[in-house]
Amino acid sequence: MRVQVRYFASLREALGGGETVKVAAGSTLGALRDQLLARGGEYARCLARQRAVRCALDQVMADESAALREGAEVAFFPPVTGG
Amino acid sequence: MPRSTVTIQRADFDLGAEVATLRDGDAAVGAVAAFVGTVRDRNDGSAVSAMELEHYPGMTERAIEAMVDEARRRFQILGARVIHRIGPLLPGDQIVLVAVTCSHRHQAFQACEFLMDYLKTQAPFWKKETTPDGARWVDARQADDAALARWGLPMDNAG
Repeated sequence: MRVQVRYFASLREALGGGETVKVAAGSTLGALRDQLLARGGEYARCLARQRAVRCALDQVMADESAALREGAEVAFFPPVTGG
Repeated sequence: MPRSTVTIQRADFDLGAEVATLRDGDAAVGAVAAFVGTVRDRNDGSAVSAMELEHYPGMTERAIEAMVDEARRRFQILGARVIHRIGPLLPGDQIVLVAVTCSHRHQAFQACEFLMDYLKTQAPFWKKETTPDGARWVDARQADDAALARWGLPMDNAG
């Protein structure tokens, strides 16, 4: 299935604004992160497991156990700093 | 009927005008608590000459509206107004307004602080500040996570 991935802040600077990614049916958000990590290079640096990366699924904060569905919007970003 | 609005905007806001609109002649209101966050000219040991606020369009509004809904469940809020600016800002500029009206002051103070603690750690904004050594992304603070945890919301942000 395909999901829309968006990046923000320092992740956006390194990886671009977003992309469509093909994932196996039944994938979780965590599996998607692992898949992107495996690309190496800037993906490995930005999404490394030691780094604090937050995620959203369909514009709601989510944790990595969340299940993806066809056409879902996923976002990866650094800890937020508004207010 | 309690009213609330959340606006994300580039333009500055007028605190007095916003509070007047929020109160809107509702004589059940006995307390107005308002917080305004502004851009400081120093952060993390460096002078700051400018700031850029990035956000996640769509999610930002939804996230803050959900926070206001949660505040309504916890406190007897009559009205709430949140404005958060985005785009380029300078030291001294206003960034965020959180204003609430209640019958009594304890609820008003608590609701206002709750909303700010929640917004600081869960609303999708990111600040990039310009220092003499160049532009850098602002780091999230663990103290803000601790503030949110005190409300019984142990959500991670800073990590």
